[in-house]
Amino acid sequence: MLAAVDWHVVSERLFHPDHVFLRALLTTVYIAITAQILGVVLGLVAALMRMSHIAPLRWLSGFYVLIFRGTPLLVQIFFIYYGVDLLFGFNVIPVSLNFGIFRLDGAVVAGILALGLNEGAYMREIIRAGIDAIDKGQMEAARSLGMRHGLAMRRIILPQAARVIVPPLGNEFNAMIKNTSLVFTIGVYEMFSDAEIHYSTTFKPVEFFGAVAVWYLLLTTVWTMIQTLIERKLAASERGEELSLRERLTEAVTPWQAWARGAR
Amino acid sequence: MAGMGSRSALVPDAVETSADTVVLASDVHKRFGRLQVLKGVDLEVRRGEVVCVVGPSGSGKSTFLRCINHLEKIDSGWIEVNGHLIGYRERQDGKLVEDSEKSIARQRAEIGIVFQRFNLFPHKTALENVIEAPIKVRGTPKREAIAGAEALLDRVGLAEKRDVYPGKLSGGQQQRVAIARALAMNPSLMLFDEATSALDPEMIGEVLDVMKVLAREGMTMIVVTHEMGFAREAADRVAMMDEGRIVEEATPSRFFDTPQEERSKRFLSKILK
Repeated sequence: MLAAVDWHVVSERLFHPDHVFLRALLTTVYIAITAQILGVVLGLVAALMRMSHIAPLRWLSGFYVLIFRGTPLLVQIFFIYYGVDLLFGFNVIPVSLNFGIFRLDGAVVAGILALGLNEGAYMREIIRAGIDAIDKGQMEAARSLGMRHGLAMRRIILPQAARVIVPPLGNEFNAMIKNTSLVFTIGVYEMFSDAEIHYSTTFKPVEFFGAVAVWYLLLTTVWTMIQTLIERKLAASERGEELSLRERLTEAVTPWQAWARGAR
Repeated sequence: MAGMGSRSALVPDAVETSADTVVLASDVHKRFGRLQVLKGVDLEVRRGEVVCVVGPSGSGKSTFLRCINHLEKIDSGWIEVNGHLIGYRERQDGKLVEDSEKSIARQRAEIGIVFQRFNLFPHKTALENVIEAPIKVRGTPKREAIAGAEALLDRVGLAEKRDVYPGKLSGGQQQRVAIARALAMNPSLMLFDEATSALDPEMIGEVLDVMKVLAREGMTMIVVTHEMGFAREAADRVAMMDEGRIVEEATPSRFFDTPQEERSKRFLSKILK
């Protein structure tokens, strides 16, 4: 049975990827990163809106989560790419975005928007849970020193909530890497599109889909390793090790600094 | 504030207030759901006075203290600090409405509070805890704030702990940093909400010592406490609370040696066994 597999194709896809594939890989990575950042920002805004004393803001936040968690991601992607311009009567999604030499296709913009909006709904719940996990005494202490709500949030509550938010945020990004494959349906040339196009011309599903699966696995594995590193640093802070959050995050991203600190 | 009438109508003519009055509370009522916690508390505290509020648990001591900087909203009555109504402002028609966030924050900056469970900011060092509010609320230049904070940490005996995170400090040390943090705003009034109740016995002394020094230096203080030794030694006046009311107010020697009220006698006989 395995004899039917063209091993040469598999090894070419894995060990000698062409530049078209590498571009597709890059597209997957930047869609995942920008959509995740958008999701975190939207999630934070929605979480703060949910806690607002202005009722319409709370309703809007609830409505947002209801829609984006309650409908399929694929439907959201199609709706945003094909529907939003017609809905609003003008081009919400640009044909293309140009950043100097870097050019973003309209479909990519729509894909990032859809993935980010969807992610924001989940991030709202994660960020809310992070804020709720902080002892109520922290807000009281901040307010009793004369801080207003916004300042206390920014300086006291959110930096502490960040620790609670990081582990589930890592899991979200893992899912995001895989979910980017859905934007192939609106014509974005990312890793899965590349595999699909090769398959449709060669009819070798095992080779091409198998190889792209390995690439996704590689991305998520690398991310999981980074995530473990960050979480270990955060756990160290829970034990009261004398590092600020900023130092800990820098360390997690740049491990050689920890080594330098040890040498100090 | 439906149940709250006009303030001028509530002030009895007999109440004498002077420029020296820091806190003036009148007929303060507070309810949590169906539980009436405060049933009309009156208290006046003058500049430089140390008032210890004692009483059985559940008598409303802490709630009353928290009302003074509007951490709890009151249902009726009123509280003034330095002649300004706390948490509420008087409308044209004499009704009281809740004040804006901005002016509540400004009033709170003048009132220091020390909590039972310290509530230090765990992501900031001792020094950062102390300089946070002066810099971010008052706009004090950083260098000036650091110099002030170092002096305060020195005063509470923790100068060498300036760069240590709260997680690495003992309970007593944390509470002393919390006192320094409150003092950094130059408050005209300090509130202590059972500041030693969460401490191991061997650490209570170091915190009480700091409080005694503050009292001697003339800080106006309201201290909710179970430490009768502190009350006897440092208080100018002891206020005994029971079931949401102040049932007796006297000098420490009169209160501890010849309590007048039956409930005070009962409370003291239990606590001073």
